[in-house]
Amino acid sequence: MAKELLKGNVAAAEAALRGGCDFFAGYPITPSTETLEYLSHRMPELGMKERFIQSENEIAAINMVMGAASAGARAMTASSGPGISLKAEGMSYAAHYSIPFVLLNVQRWGTGLGSLKSGQADYFRECKGGGHGDYHNIVYAPFNIQEMVDDMYEAWDVAEKYRVGVTMFSEAVLGQMMEAVEMPPFKKREKELDWGVDGTGTKGMKYPTGDGWDYVEFELEKYNRIIDEMQRWEFYNVEDADYIFTAVGLPARACLDVIAKLRARGEKVGMLRPKIIWPFPFLGFEELHRVNPHVKGFISVEMNDMGQMVDDVALAAKKAGFNVPVYCYPCGGGVPQVKAIIAKYQDILDGVLKEKY
Amino acid sequence: MTIIKKIPDKLGQHALCAGCGHGIVIRLIQEVLQELGQADNQIAVVGVGCICTATSALKVDRFQAAHGRACATAEGIKRVRPNVVVYTYQGDGDAYTIGIAESLNAAYRNENITMISINNTNFGMTGGQMSWTTLPGQKTETSVNGRDCELTGLPFHFPEMVANSQGFHVAYAARGTVNDVKSINQTKRMIRNAFEAQLNGEGFSVVEVLTACPTNWHMTPQQCQERISTSVESEYPVGEFKKRG
Ligand SMILES: Cc1ncc(C[n+]2csc(CCOP(=O)(O)OP(=O)(O)O)c2C)c(N)n1
Ligand code: SF4
Repeated sequence: MAKELLKGNVAAAEAALRGGCDFFAGYPITPSTETLEYLSHRMPELGMKERFIQSENEIAAINMVMGAASAGARAMTASSGPGISLKAEGMSYAAHYSIPFVLLNVQRWGTGLGSLKSGQADYFRECKGGGHGDYHNIVYAPFNIQEMVDDMYEAWDVAEKYRVGVTMFSEAVLGQMMEAVEMPPFKKREKELDWGVDGTGTKGMKYPTGDGWDYVEFELEKYNRIIDEMQRWEFYNVEDADYIFTAVGLPARACLDVIAKLRARGEKVGMLRPKIIWPFPFLGFEELHRVNPHVKGFISVEMNDMGQMVDDVALAAKKAGFNVPVYCYPCGGGVPQVKAIIAKYQDILDGVLKEKY
Repeated sequence: MTIIKKIPDKLGQHALCAGCGHGIVIRLIQEVLQELGQADNQIAVVGVGCICTATSALKVDRFQAAHGRACATAEGIKRVRPNVVVYTYQGDGDAYTIGIAESLNAAYRNENITMISINNTNFGMTGGQMSWTTLPGQKTETSVNGRDCELTGLPFHFPEMVANSQGFHVAYAARGTVNDVKSINQTKRMIRNAFEAQLNGEGFSVVEVLTACPTNWHMTPQQCQERISTSVESEYPVGEFKKRG
């Protein structure tokens, strides 16, 4: 099929439909709004007029999504910053009932109203829970629009396999920019769900009720399977690297340029790019240790103010057997500049930038 | 004449306080749905409140919604299962206080769902705090000197609001009580109307039911009956505010 030039938010929406998405509820918020706008006319075009709701707020949207998913739909909502905060309670409920759904977070920078700069400050929230209680969504962190399309296309198959929420960790620039992408064909769920509400009372929501150990075991079994089966990462020039950058999304693209520039100067640098950030690719670090145990340090490049993913990088490095410093360059809001990353790298070599762990 | 006591097929046991009005309403819902041939074609979206101690009384497809969000969840379900009877069952705190946005917006969009709300003029589940439906001067755990409407607003009238405000075009809005045989039968007719409206695709229907909360009112069931037929009903008139077209 021919490639089309599409905006990230639109490509994500179309890929969701191709992947079987047949319910959407959301409320406008920049920089995610194009997804809502696109689906508002695309779903009617596909005969799904009633399956699109511009909701009164984000709280209602996530609760609509939960209802729709429980009734058998492949349901999605999309938002950013404050809007996702409003969805936190609903996401916790969805986790409690093991409701599969997809959440697209097109991140902006900052706390409060934040700003429209691209951001990755929601790493903790998306990867560590966000709502109350113990739970996780599977969190995809694509670094170009094609990868986001492919991730979105797979999202409900994975969500339904484990009965878990899936979060697309997008960001303002990825949502707003355009790239040539190839859209996959429309597909439907392969076999009927064996749970859910259809009015007959024959299936039901099927999760252990109460607060006993059977619930805990149900949860652990599910999340442990996900941890075993869903770790994904990519290596770039790691075999002989002294320093390994770790980054996701747009900062990872900046790091690719950084690597090319530094390699041209004879500096041995590489990158480990997590493609899914929960579960975090601990196995990737173990493989890296087998391939190259001589790494001298890790540098986590992130679009936030204090560094968040760096905590997981440090834990994964330690668990893999690396006993080396872990540095962080949190660049604030906006995609980091290649020369700024190179300057930080130089600071590390010069002993000016101290390790975080 | 022999009187046969018929228990609806989908009715189970509950753990509500003695004299609580919730149980009667749950039974009425199941009687009506069975009579309409919809016993095996219903999804109950229940709010958070004392109904949580009675969900086992609803042996049907059920979704325990987040506090206040039942209407939103019900909308999501109904859009996917348009041929199933989808209704919310919520206390007044759930439906009108924390859930004011979701409830009004569902009514505003005239979603084809039914809302059954239980108005016992307080938050029963959490021990009897003030709700938006608490009567002026009523003593609750958070209005120990009686509700001060200057500071806390006036009693909230959802059925009247959605029936008569410009911009709303709901199918059916009514308020009943379950204080005696006559009012129980009247409320049952209201519930039937509400579900029939949904089955005909007429849009949003709501039946609010005034019920007793002997535990938090600190009254005997008889005293509760008396209170409902006097002060509660004089604030909240029983009747149909929006009749079916
Ligand atoms: C977000 C949230 N806030 C608060 C609560 C605590 N809570 C549970 S039930 C309830 C009030 C219920 O009152 P009402 O809806 O009137 O129902 P009733 O118990 O009187 O039947 C509250 C405040 C909660 N479960 N969730
Ligand atoms: S506390 Fe009140 S509303 Fe709750 S079960 Fe008891 S009587 Fe009913």
